[in-house]
Amino acid sequence: MTTATKSGVNMGRMVLYAALVLFCIYYLLPLYVMVVNSLKPLSEITAGGMMSLPGDWTLAPWATAWSTAQIGVDATGLKPYFVNSLVMVVPAVALSTILGALNGYVLTKWEFKGATLIFGLILFGCFIPFQMVLIPMARMLGLVGLAGSVWGLVFVHLVYGIGFSTLYFRNYYAAFPTELVRAAQIDGAGFFTIFWRILLPSSGPIAVVCIIWQFTNIWNDFLFGASFSDFDSQPMTVALNNLVQSSTGVKEYNVHFAGAIMAALPTLLVYIVAGRYFVRGLMAGSVKG
Amino acid sequence: MGFLDIDQATKSYGAVKVLHETDISVEEGEFLVLVGPSGCGKSTLLNMIAGLEEVTTGDISIKGRSMNNVKPAERNIAMVFQSYALYPNMTVKGNISFGMEMQGVAKEERERKIAEVADLLQIGQLLDRKPGQLSGGQRQRVAMGRALTREPDVFLFDEPLSNLDAKLRVDMRTEIKKLHQKLGTTIVYVTHDQIEALTLSTRIAVMFGGYVQQLGTPKEIYDNPANMFVAGFMGSPSMNLFPARIVKADGVTAAEITLGNGGTATIPFDRPALTAHEGREIILGIRPEAITDRDGADRNSNAVHVVDAPVEITEPAGSDTFVVTQMGGKDVTARFRADVDVKAGDSFPFAFNMQKAVAFDPKTEDRIA
Amino acid sequence: MSETATARRSGSVDRFRDALPKLVLSPTIAIVAIFVYGFIFFTLYLSFTDSRILPSFGWVGWQNYTNLFRIRAWDTAVTNLIIFGGLYITICCLLGLLLAILLDQKIRAEGFIRTIYLYPMALSFIVTGVAWKWFLDPGIGLEAVVQGWGFESFTFNWIKDGDMAIYTIVIAAVWQTSGFVMAMFLAGLRGIDGEMLKAAQIDGASTFALYRRIVIPQLRPAFMSAFVVLAHMAIKSYDLVIALTNGGPGTATEVPATFMYSYTFTRNQMGIGAASAVIMMMTIAAIIVPYLWSELREKK
Repeated sequence: MTTATKSGVNMGRMVLYAALVLFCIYYLLPLYVMVVNSLKPLSEITAGGMMSLPGDWTLAPWATAWSTAQIGVDATGLKPYFVNSLVMVVPAVALSTILGALNGYVLTKWEFKGATLIFGLILFGCFIPFQMVLIPMARMLGLVGLAGSVWGLVFVHLVYGIGFSTLYFRNYYAAFPTELVRAAQIDGAGFFTIFWRILLPSSGPIAVVCIIWQFTNIWNDFLFGASFSDFDSQPMTVALNNLVQSSTGVKEYNVHFAGAIMAALPTLLVYIVAGRYFVRGLMAGSVKG
Repeated sequence: MGFLDIDQATKSYGAVKVLHETDISVEEGEFLVLVGPSGCGKSTLLNMIAGLEEVTTGDISIKGRSMNNVKPAERNIAMVFQSYALYPNMTVKGNISFGMEMQGVAKEERERKIAEVADLLQIGQLLDRKPGQLSGGQRQRVAMGRALTREPDVFLFDEPLSNLDAKLRVDMRTEIKKLHQKLGTTIVYVTHDQIEALTLSTRIAVMFGGYVQQLGTPKEIYDNPANMFVAGFMGSPSMNLFPARIVKADGVTAAEITLGNGGTATIPFDRPALTAHEGREIILGIRPEAITDRDGADRNSNAVHVVDAPVEITEPAGSDTFVVTQMGGKDVTARFRADVDVKAGDSFPFAFNMQKAVAFDPKTEDRIA
Repeated sequence: MSETATARRSGSVDRFRDALPKLVLSPTIAIVAIFVYGFIFFTLYLSFTDSRILPSFGWVGWQNYTNLFRIRAWDTAVTNLIIFGGLYITICCLLGLLLAILLDQKIRAEGFIRTIYLYPMALSFIVTGVAWKWFLDPGIGLEAVVQGWGFESFTFNWIKDGDMAIYTIVIAAVWQTSGFVMAMFLAGLRGIDGEMLKAAQIDGASTFALYRRIVIPQLRPAFMSAFVVLAHMAIKSYDLVIALTNGGPGTATEVPATFMYSYTFTRNQMGIGAASAVIMMMTIAAIIVPYLWSELREKK
């Protein structure tokens, strides 16, 4: 290789890395804006200093967003809504994951006529525009007395979360050797024993994928939260939107940014800790079958 | 009535019949091998014996008791799978003990049996490992160990050696045979490898297209194949099959063969059944080891006939040299001793041991002599 | 067939055991039957009724649909969806492909860079909306900052401009999803047989020709998946519009999802809201059903 082409190659690599860094800046910019502006007084922002580092570092916007900001009628801060989201997310994720695992097990290892059709029908439920179910669901939650409650939201998220959890476990178990199930049958293990002793111990990775996916989706949901909750039972996303959109008083951008980071933090944390599984979930959720 | 009876059993998936009416009666202590190419129905039949697939019509019984409504776990069978099907999350010990646990065997009894089996298969030092840490051969042993603890009436093997490399396969084959001789259990063994079938079995069922083509001892299958499929499938290199014409020469029934150089040769082929076929074409079947150089011919045979034929290719294989010539428009392989000096292009005397030859009907492909 | 006594005695237990798998699946089947398909039919039915503030069952035939297409706001919503959807899908695919190819050049710290490109996908659209809302706000955001740097004539007020506001939604949505599309293409690239690429290099293909002639054509399945995912996200997009522009200025960024919500729950025109939901549903079904069909068939 001559020096000329070698330096040509190096030039190419440099352009390549420059482009990659530029895109990194593009993706990180909004996060930067949120973080730095949540740590400075409002006056610095309104004076046109959105892009600069805080001149006067302060945690006051965070404190305000967490405990005293006006949301709706009360000056409660985002804290109660953060708790609402947690109370909603945990049972909804747990139940939809358990059901999804059992469904995936039945659909792959106890296949019956029409199993693929049933799976297709379940899967289609993941993709319908939820506008299509808002009206009847509002009616039904009202009839059974769950309207405006966190438990109503848990139920809604469970119902529309089953599709994806079934998809994950079904595709995972489809690749799980059926011979193992047969061997266990010959060994005398029954339906639940096979699930509990043979499949479940090997389901760690897909359970993580499923839990992360459900957690992210349910935490980030806005439409169901906005449609089916009261002031008391609003999830974090709805409360954040109310905080930002409220037309009364001065717009406290720094508080808005602090609140936005709070709403983003749980899912972002999960992403940073278990990003590999998050990506796997995204892939499996889009590349079906 | 045998120990394991398969009585007019069939299997259909919807309108597709994958196993036609099959009758096999296995005696206690027999080693039955089901052999055939993939899709022939052998694994289906094995799964039906295991109870993993239902019998569509007919009956399968073990020790005189019909198994049609009996769950796999209650048939007192054990099965070794192609992938070994070891539970990945359990140790070797856990794998072996799981079945006994399910059957409600007491802990001390389980420990005793595990120790016994570990000793028999020399896997004592592996008991605390997970399947993922074992080599192919070790997994194979563990799978057998798991099956052995059940003290089953019938042992089922589903292509247990096909995931092993060639060398290990030969070793494990020997071990399975030893195990059978030692324990004397009844075994049904599925394979697509005809050598495994010939070496292991006491009887072979050759299957193709959902039918049992022939059921017999290895020797019967090898020497007297029932049809051209069996003749071609069993044995390696496979039996030479080529067209010949039955004629009367010097008062003796003979086969007239077209050679590669356009000439013809007539070989006496004196079988009473062939007189009816005089003047007609048949398919002559003869194994490579029955066509030799003149000095290598079987001295005990009274029907060795020599034909000069042009040599097309020679394939030295160490202990033997395979020599290919043309007969009836087909390549015919002969097995010469290694030190015979023969070159492609030579015309060379081939000694046919016609005692070992068989004849097939070209239309029905069934054996006629 | 000889039926033994033991077999007969355990008959009912056996039947229970045989039915167990279906029994386990049945809650899900019931849930899906009622809350997906039952509800779909309920809404479909409502779209043919005179429902206003509450469901009502007076049959009005196609009237809600004819009315719907006479409403200016619906017209705006559909036009916006076409602009938004078209640009969103195209830009996400191009950017995603570009990033995937850049990252496929044996990059040091690839995992780290990928993490940065993909993190927006973990955020709520509401968070994305808030961040971009203030960043694009001419009073305090980009415009004010650049002017503050001395470029007095710089203006960037799309978010306040009725003609341009829809493009700010494209910007924010692309920012959120393009990393995901990149990940899909990257997975596609990694799935291509390395030996084939070596063969092409030996055939003398340049890097450019390699990608254009051999690699990109093989990414067809990834393109298909990306298209389906992006299209259905575009049609369903509601949160981002609410957080970023709240449909405004005026009705400039109205999309079908916001239209449905406001007509159903704030304007008390439930029949028309239901009709708009049905149209969204049909559009998505036209994309998803063939896709699911082909994916599930291939598996068989």
